[in-house]
Amino acid sequence: MAAKTLFNKIWESHVVLEEPDKPTLLYIDLHLVHEVTSPQAFEGVRLSGRGVRRPDLTFATKDHNVPTHDRSLPIDDPISKKQMDTLRENCNEYGITLFGLTTNSDLQGIVHVIGPELGLTKPGMTIVCGDSHTSTHGAFGALAIGIGTSEVEHVLATQCLRQNRPKVFEVKVKGKRTQGVTAKDIILSIIGHIGIAGATGTVIEYRGEAIEALSMEERMTICNMSIEAGARAGIIAPDEKTFKYIEGRRYAPKGKDFDDAVESWRGFKTDEGATFDKTVTLDASSMAPQVSWGTNPGMVTDVTGYVPDPDTFSDLNSQKAAKSALSYMGLTPNTAIREIKLDRVFIGSCTNSRIEDLTAAAKIVKGKKVAQDVRAMVVPGSQMVKSEAEKEGIDKIFKEAGFEWRESGCSMCLGMNPDILAPGDRCASTSNRNFEGRQGKGGRTHLVSPIMAAAAAIEGHFVDVRELDINKEI
Amino acid sequence: MEPLQIVSGTVAPLDKINVDTDQIIPKQFLKRVERTGFGKSLFYDWRYNDDGTENPEFELNKDHYRGANILLTRDNFGSGSSREHAPWALREYGFKVIIAPSFADIFYNNCFKNAILPITLHRSTVDELFLKVYSTKGYSLTVDLESQTIHADHGWEIHFDIDPFGKRNLLEGLDDIAHSLEHEDEIKRYEENMVLERKWALPN
Ligand code: SF4
Repeated sequence: MAAKTLFNKIWESHVVLEEPDKPTLLYIDLHLVHEVTSPQAFEGVRLSGRGVRRPDLTFATKDHNVPTHDRSLPIDDPISKKQMDTLRENCNEYGITLFGLTTNSDLQGIVHVIGPELGLTKPGMTIVCGDSHTSTHGAFGALAIGIGTSEVEHVLATQCLRQNRPKVFEVKVKGKRTQGVTAKDIILSIIGHIGIAGATGTVIEYRGEAIEALSMEERMTICNMSIEAGARAGIIAPDEKTFKYIEGRRYAPKGKDFDDAVESWRGFKTDEGATFDKTVTLDASSMAPQVSWGTNPGMVTDVTGYVPDPDTFSDLNSQKAAKSALSYMGLTPNTAIREIKLDRVFIGSCTNSRIEDLTAAAKIVKGKKVAQDVRAMVVPGSQMVKSEAEKEGIDKIFKEAGFEWRESGCSMCLGMNPDILAPGDRCASTSNRNFEGRQGKGGRTHLVSPIMAAAAAIEGHFVDVRELDINKEI
Repeated sequence: MEPLQIVSGTVAPLDKINVDTDQIIPKQFLKRVERTGFGKSLFYDWRYNDDGTENPEFELNKDHYRGANILLTRDNFGSGSSREHAPWALREYGFKVIIAPSFADIFYNNCFKNAILPITLHRSTVDELFLKVYSTKGYSLTVDLESQTIHADHGWEIHFDIDPFGKRNLLEGLDDIAHSLEHEDEIKRYEENMVLERKWALPN
């Protein structure tokens, strides 16, 4: 039998139909839905009378719009409220499980945080969601693809997706990372290296010693940002850590079913001798904590580095883009990254809002105070993360240091709810996008890891976390 | 969906690489539950000043580009968020064709579902078109999807490649869900097998 990549194995086991000159009809095992990209799709299946084919394989959450302050208060924004009410009505009408603000509210959270947390995300599956960061679920060895609203409608109606077969891109990260270099720094380094369109048309398989060494949550951070390199998905082969993470979770197989499942899942890895369409190798041992300086996630540099001079860029279009980015960001070339002062710090988003992220940040913050003039907030990725953190007293550490401690949701990752930057505000953010206006019109976003964000909150400017004691007991 | 066969009209330039969907339609406009009402918010932060008046510097606000239905832009157009609100806004504004050296995957797919033809041309051809657009007021092109050609009044003509399935759907204004549902038997058969072979994939 020919050697196959992990991607090929998943793809081939989900082909419903292949016809000449048409994209493959692929079966979808799990469809995750949120309030922003689904209303028009539900309306489509309602008007056409098609309905939802597999409500049992469809799960919904409210995350993008939800307020992160006191949940007992009514929602101020009537349009946000309407979007959330519409999701609830759609879920009721079609019998879809919803994790909302009142229904199953203890399980509500960012769609890409709760899928794994609830044991819905498993190896060898196909997963889609009307959200580009669906790639997060690839951390479990699942093929997880972000789709548009028309495709959401297609999946609701058929439980299938039409896709042209992507190419497979091996990103190999060898070596051992040094202390203070996190999964976020690895993925930012990768994007900085291959560029924000470097993986367009491909599915990335992350491999190598540095990837294998990561925890499941760290692998999610890596896969989450695959889309930021233009990839359709990112995957990591499952291993014992993966199986252990899944075991015992709410929707995971139980007992003998679980053991059988693990037997099957072990096969989801790239065979020896399988070939990739493209390969890049990076070395984790030479990576430093990363800080983005521009207006896309490829515009990053080491914390010890400087804001680049656009005139040194070789290509004219990149020069123009860098100049416009620096003008938007209010930065001058050759400024030391560590001298950049901050107004806001945001720890949250589907990239970095899980318990390990919050714990690591809390270790930095413990016993210290947020710098004067800095407003800092922590938004846990899900209510489960929030309650676990509270059980461990992490909320107190943050609150005592002067951080705001919020309810879960997307929050200031995209600022659809009231959590936004004011024009000109400079923010160290653990989210995934530093696009113009992403966190609020005129807001300036610097992407960093949770420990870098925490340290920046304390000092009021960026600091190299490698110089800090980051392993204190909590 | 309205069929798209031949598009003739003015070309508007957007001379930037990596235009992301957050710029095409900012998040504050994503709260609608309809597919309409997005055109006026297209490129909002670039198109309008803080007080809501039009920014005269922005290309689309210049008189000779008003009413353009072909958008000419640079590499990696439509990157970032999967929001289909981006093609909805572009289409409602009036763009039926977008020409660029490359597109982001999800955005590219979304175009075909919304009667927008995304055309990928070589970088040097795009450079050439930018020069023509800047030097000729009201520069216009005719795009013929059936024959996969673009031509200009002065005789210039070029062929473009397009995915045959996407082409068919655009030409006929087809709903690809109807097409997939013709294969319901295959889907059913797949599901029957799945319960036997991949029980673990189902939620417990
Ligand atoms: S946290 Fe941000 S990136 Fe993640 S799903 Fe929410 S809005 Fe999208």
